[in-house]
Amino acid sequence: MTVLSFFNYWAVIVLMMIGYYCMIVRGNMIKKIIGLGIFQTSVFILFISAGKVIGGATPVLREGVDVYSNPLPHVLILTAIVVGIATTAVGLALTVRIREAYGSIDDDAIDAVEGDDRA
Amino acid sequence: MVAVTVVVTRDLLKATMLFAIYSLTIAGLFATLDAGDVALTEAAVGAGISTVLILAVLALVPRHEKRQAGHSLPALAIVTVTGAALVYASFDLPQFGHPDNPVQQHLAPYFIEQTYPDMGIPNMVAAVLASYRSIDTMGEAVVILTAGIAVYALLSPAPRRRQRRREHDS
Amino acid sequence: MKDNAILVVVARFLIPLMMLFGLYVQFHGEYSPGGGFQAGVLFAAAWILFVFIYGLETGLRIIPQRVIYTLACLGVLLYAFIGMLGVILGGNFLDFHPLLDAPRAAQQAGIILVEFGVGVTVASVVMLFFLLFARRRADSEAAGLDPDAADDVETDRQ
Repeated sequence: MTVLSFFNYWAVIVLMMIGYYCMIVRGNMIKKIIGLGIFQTSVFILFISAGKVIGGATPVLREGVDVYSNPLPHVLILTAIVVGIATTAVGLALTVRIREAYGSIDDDAIDAVEGDDRA
Repeated sequence: MVAVTVVVTRDLLKATMLFAIYSLTIAGLFATLDAGDVALTEAAVGAGISTVLILAVLALVPRHEKRQAGHSLPALAIVTVTGAALVYASFDLPQFGHPDNPVQQHLAPYFIEQTYPDMGIPNMVAAVLASYRSIDTMGEAVVILTAGIAVYALLSPAPRRRQRRREHDS
Repeated sequence: MKDNAILVVVARFLIPLMMLFGLYVQFHGEYSPGGGFQAGVLFAAAWILFVFIYGLETGLRIIPQRVIYTLACLGVLLYAFIGMLGVILGGNFLDFHPLLDAPRAAQQAGIILVEFGVGVTVASVVMLFFLLFARRRADSEAAGLDPDAADDVETDRQ
């Protein structure tokens, strides 16, 4: 029972490592942006699960509820989600421009093209 | 799980659709963890806007990823070592959902008790977001405006044929 | 896509409903989960659905491009203006208590206005993102580039 109570952290770590692997191994830029999205949602789960109280309820004051879950992580994660879409959108705009400038969105292909340009 | 399939598949359209399903599943998980506002935002943003934007960009780039030759063993090693180190660190963290956790102690009881006397509104998350911590929300609005300006600056010049400085092109 | 009868019928039903629901979420942000961000994203999603079905030009006739730019900046300026109003009327920046006399009503008024500013900014920025991305393909075809070409870079990977 005591070991299983850490289960939420292990789920977060698994998702975080999947997102991390996707970001460093795949060369395609859109895949990298999707990997970043997976990483971000795993961090959100970490915060929200840390703020939960077993037996609590959604932090909106209403009749018949005694124990509320902590509202502070929800505030942080709301801001973080909106900043996440801002980052994704700017990353996608950069991908479009790179595709037009270099003809490809794969990391190794762009390195080869830059090597040719410099030579 | 869905996340592993998103990483492994080479068809980007499939990866995008699976990412939308993944976001919706995570929104359901947030709703189970008593986070109503966050679940609504994640469902709208992750399964809605992110997917639409990636699809709009997929009309401009090739749909399939290049085949990678072999597996990358150093990357797998790094990921495994980092994961093991984090799991080892997780044993020192507080237990899930215990009411005596340190995170529940200092500010949360103050906000839970003081929201109704100070403001008279039931939604504690909106009260903290818009009144107790208002400057952070202004910073966030400025961040999303800056992202809009950045995308506008990147994408408003018309596309033109790229000039390559190779010798054997005339 | 506006010739497809099923899509037109569903769109006529859904788009006003989505916009109305966005306004509901915006102004009921104090009583139930909701608030500025969710409402902004819902409203922008309704406009994006309209553009999918009726085309970008018709969408731009409904909400022109200049209006989208201006609204994005006006949302953040409204937020900052409420903050400065707190300073002018005698408190700190973003204090809501100098705005009205009753303390609770002042806080509620401040929260509604501030969330409205955030909602307007988020909606217009998301519409702007979609507009710029959707127009790129037509522009690049007009400029002679072919977006569907495979990567024209020779690499030997072994």
